[in-house]
Amino acid sequence: MSDTAALVQLTAAEMAEKIRNKEVTSRELVEAHLAVIEAAEPQLQAFLKVSAQEALAQADEFDALSDEDKAKLPELAGVPIAIKDMIVTEGIETTAASRILEGWVPPYDATVIERLKAAHMPILGKTNLDEFAMGSSTEHSAYQNTMNPWNTECVPGGSGGGSAAAVAGFEAPLALGTDTGGSIRQPGAFTGTVGVKPTYGAVSRYGAIAMASSLDQIGPATRSVLDSALLYEVIGGHDKRDSTSIPEPVRPAAEAAREGAKRDLKGMKVGLIKEIGGEGFQQDVLDRFNECVKLLEDMGAEVVEVSCPHIGYALSAYYIVMPSEASSNLARYDGMRYGLRVMPPVDVPQTAANMMSYTREAGFGDEVKRRIILGTYALSAGYYDAWYGSAQKVRTLIIDDFNKAFDQVDVLICPTAPTTAFKFGDKIEDPMAMYVNDIATIPANLAGLPAMSIPAGLSGDGMPVGFQFLAPQKRDEVMYKPAAALEAALEEQWGGPVWKSMNTPWLEGLNK
Amino acid sequence: MSTFTREEITHLGDLARIALTEKEIVRMQDELNSIAESINTVQEVATDDVQPTANPVPLEAYLRPDVAQKPLTQEQALSGAPVKEDGMFVAPRILGEE
Amino acid sequence: MAEKLMKYAEATDKYDVVFGLETHVELSTNTKLFCPAHIEFGGEPNTQLTPVSLGLPGSLPVVNETAVDYAIKLGLALHCQINEWSQFARKNYFYPDMPRDYQISQYDKPTNGEGYLDVELEDGTVFRVPIERAHIEDDAGKNTHVGGADGRIEGADHSLVDYNRAGVPLIEIVTKPITGAGDRAPEIAGAYMRAIRDIVRALGISRAKMEQGNMRADVNVSLRPSADAPLGTRSETKNVNTFRGIEKTLRYEIRRQAAILDEGGEILQETRHWDEATQTTAGGRVKSDADDYRYFPDPDLVMLHITQSHIDEIAAQMPEMPRERRNRLKDEWNFSDIEMRDVINADALDLIEETVKAGATAAGAKKWWLGELSREANNQGVTLEELSITPADVAEVEKLIADGKLNDKLAKQTVNFVLAGEGTPAEVVEKRGLKVVSDDGALEAIVMEAMEANPDVVEKLKSGNMKPMGALIGAVMRATKGSADAKSVTKIVMSKIK
Repeated sequence: MSDTAALVQLTAAEMAEKIRNKEVTSRELVEAHLAVIEAAEPQLQAFLKVSAQEALAQADEFDALSDEDKAKLPELAGVPIAIKDMIVTEGIETTAASRILEGWVPPYDATVIERLKAAHMPILGKTNLDEFAMGSSTEHSAYQNTMNPWNTECVPGGSGGGSAAAVAGFEAPLALGTDTGGSIRQPGAFTGTVGVKPTYGAVSRYGAIAMASSLDQIGPATRSVLDSALLYEVIGGHDKRDSTSIPEPVRPAAEAAREGAKRDLKGMKVGLIKEIGGEGFQQDVLDRFNECVKLLEDMGAEVVEVSCPHIGYALSAYYIVMPSEASSNLARYDGMRYGLRVMPPVDVPQTAANMMSYTREAGFGDEVKRRIILGTYALSAGYYDAWYGSAQKVRTLIIDDFNKAFDQVDVLICPTAPTTAFKFGDKIEDPMAMYVNDIATIPANLAGLPAMSIPAGLSGDGMPVGFQFLAPQKRDEVMYKPAAALEAALEEQWGGPVWKSMNTPWLEGLNK
Repeated sequence: MSTFTREEITHLGDLARIALTEKEIVRMQDELNSIAESINTVQEVATDDVQPTANPVPLEAYLRPDVAQKPLTQEQALSGAPVKEDGMFVAPRILGEE
Repeated sequence: MAEKLMKYAEATDKYDVVFGLETHVELSTNTKLFCPAHIEFGGEPNTQLTPVSLGLPGSLPVVNETAVDYAIKLGLALHCQINEWSQFARKNYFYPDMPRDYQISQYDKPTNGEGYLDVELEDGTVFRVPIERAHIEDDAGKNTHVGGADGRIEGADHSLVDYNRAGVPLIEIVTKPITGAGDRAPEIAGAYMRAIRDIVRALGISRAKMEQGNMRADVNVSLRPSADAPLGTRSETKNVNTFRGIEKTLRYEIRRQAAILDEGGEILQETRHWDEATQTTAGGRVKSDADDYRYFPDPDLVMLHITQSHIDEIAAQMPEMPRERRNRLKDEWNFSDIEMRDVINADALDLIEETVKAGATAAGAKKWWLGELSREANNQGVTLEELSITPADVAEVEKLIADGKLNDKLAKQTVNFVLAGEGTPAEVVEKRGLKVVSDDGALEAIVMEAMEANPDVVEKLKSGNMKPMGALIGAVMRATKGSADAKSVTKIVMSKIK
């Protein structure tokens, strides 16, 4: 193992500590990760764009700061990060993995990017995703497949497969994702990493390319619970440019994570969601889940079964709300102001309307078109009440279910996904099979709850399994404590982080 | 229940400004029907006494003071334009009936 | 292809007219409805944009506080129910001038609900127009059509889009179907639009310049056989942007629809356009599924909460409303009903008020604005306001007359020079040397000359026939290029023939 390999395998919090202790500079961290990216990309293809020059410049800027100035910055200052290509970055091409935005260089930064820059966290590049974050395998990217670092024949999950694979494969210690129906958490589960969807409105969406506005939320992808907590505290908090941003300060997530590491959960009530699990869930996913439940109990938590009776309708409601909002959010890609323009064939009138239709036909992939058509239908006159209206009512029922559950317990738990990572092509031809993969992650989006997936161990064939915590709205810190406790307990059992079981040939040849 | 006919998908394609190909229409018909069948279940519980939820976290609108901030420059605004002319975006022929 | 029209009187006699107006008023906020881009009429194209008003991916709308307050003001002026909770909704349709390809408007939860506006007609009758709603929405950009004849959309080769106007706040005031207007429908529509214009100006919430597109209206018309019959199919004439155009659209549509119905035909539910050149409405697009706007609550925005205490605060600051103001000024100026009506119709109320404020008498101010200046505006084809003379200029001219420094004729010349851009009245008088010749010695010589040249006139005057005095005065005026004071001339002549 080279120094570079050892360095990139640290957690972000450990890297930050080394920076503070002057054992490493930000530039050295960036260079180490750029070296891993160069070595790993041929196998992983997690990045759509590597912004090496920008990252090095940002690192140098941080390194040049006085100790006094550095001390005022967030804990993660100087640690590099990768960004899902669904978040706009000024001067760095942003495509949402769609042909329709190919070559688009945004003239502005998302709020989260501004906050990362203010924290002096260098941006390594933009990660791959399902086109416009629509998918659960990253196979719907218009540009490339991203491979699961645990087994390159398997998908990394989606839509944020690029961010998850980059973090799992040590190409980046941290990444940002967007989670509309599980796009941070499910890839986290598939790649043995931590993925967090904060409370809806806890992190500004300004500059996150919209898929379904009432469901989308930006969140961290990391290799430890504490790293997610620290990153959430950098990007979270009120933003006046997002009307749905909660006008309150960030919750004390890092403190809760550090508290959790003590592995004392006495007095904590944990609710096991009865309706998620069982049929359709892979047996070893359930086995790992049950083992984790036992560990929580061993640390003093009281685990009870709770019922969310309307959760069975969540998938249906989601597949109405999401495409409806997406159909409207994606209308702007019309060939007029940015991105692709395709003129109609010569035998078709060369009008603006036809230009738009041919641009959108050529620029969008199958899944995007499918959802736009479905959403257009769900909103159209005559069907609105039966579809969109009904789905919004289901949201109310699900929120009520969760409110009742949180009257009884502090946090809720369930598996993150019904299966471990599947092979490329397994589900791509069957939309419904792909959609069902999000059954355990969607309820948190519909209800606006914070939720997180952490590694729960491996399946029989050696693929990671995810374990999910859900907390009440606006109380994100509540889930960090048991998550950090479970992580610590599991790592003790395994003798280290879950990735110790992963083969990383791309780290072998690194020299420094 | 709602089933997608060919004509309906063509019409939805027009509404959504996507020039769907023949092949896409045929394939989408099957897929959408299967999806529709599964998601129609929402109507089972969406009774009249249930209020709809538009935003999962209830908030009151924050109102922005009417104070100007620096706009994009014309160059920035046009930087992504597929076609531009005289500081403006170029649209192909617009039909009055649109 | 001229359409068949029924005579107006016959049409309104045979059919019951139902009409409605959807009036768009552009608010004069500093920044846009959903983003902090400064708004300025006539700026360089695409320079008044943020990522939000350009519809860039990732951008999000945030509501402008002032726009909401303006909406509340208008709601109060129109006696609307102001809803404690209102909501923005997306109206989805594709058009090149719409940066997001949806408009953010309000649908089933508008800020202002039902209300009414009492409008005063020419003969003093007051007609109550019922208001359905007055909601907030944002405007689209502007297309310039290139390559066709005279910039029209038909035959254009391509269009250039300037998104500066995109996101400018609008209020759309929608009336309920207006019934009982009969043959006075056009008059009521015109009076209603003028009343709205006066109100938004008084409130200071819009520049309300129709010629700049600050105000425009969609005119809906339907006919039915009698007042108790169900509503007929309506036509919707879009974006009419002059008061006369609105009146004429109504007149034309009533005549056109009556002719069709009279022959047993059917009215198409369609959008039409008023063509100023031909003075007709032209058929546009038949309403169809394409109008499926797929409204839904905008998930990027949350409910707008307007408290009663905030409404009370705004109500306490409401200025005097135009009708009340008119009545007050009528009393102050001592004008008759008819005089006041003429002032209103000439759109001269503000101008006269300012002229009076600048020191002129009300009668004097009215004489200028409704006389000479109205004629001039008419000749130039502009509004009184657009003339290059200010109320202060007019007041100055009046003062020069009162001081005996100008006579009527010179005053008119002075005004003409001011209109021609030669400066203020004082400057014009100075530069042009326009002043009443009051030097009696000089004037006397000229009068004597005139008398000598017209002995027959002098004879008649001497015999007590005063009629030809005018001829003498005319001669003096010619000789002095109009700068003589007629009274002085008469006085000198009288002293000479005694």
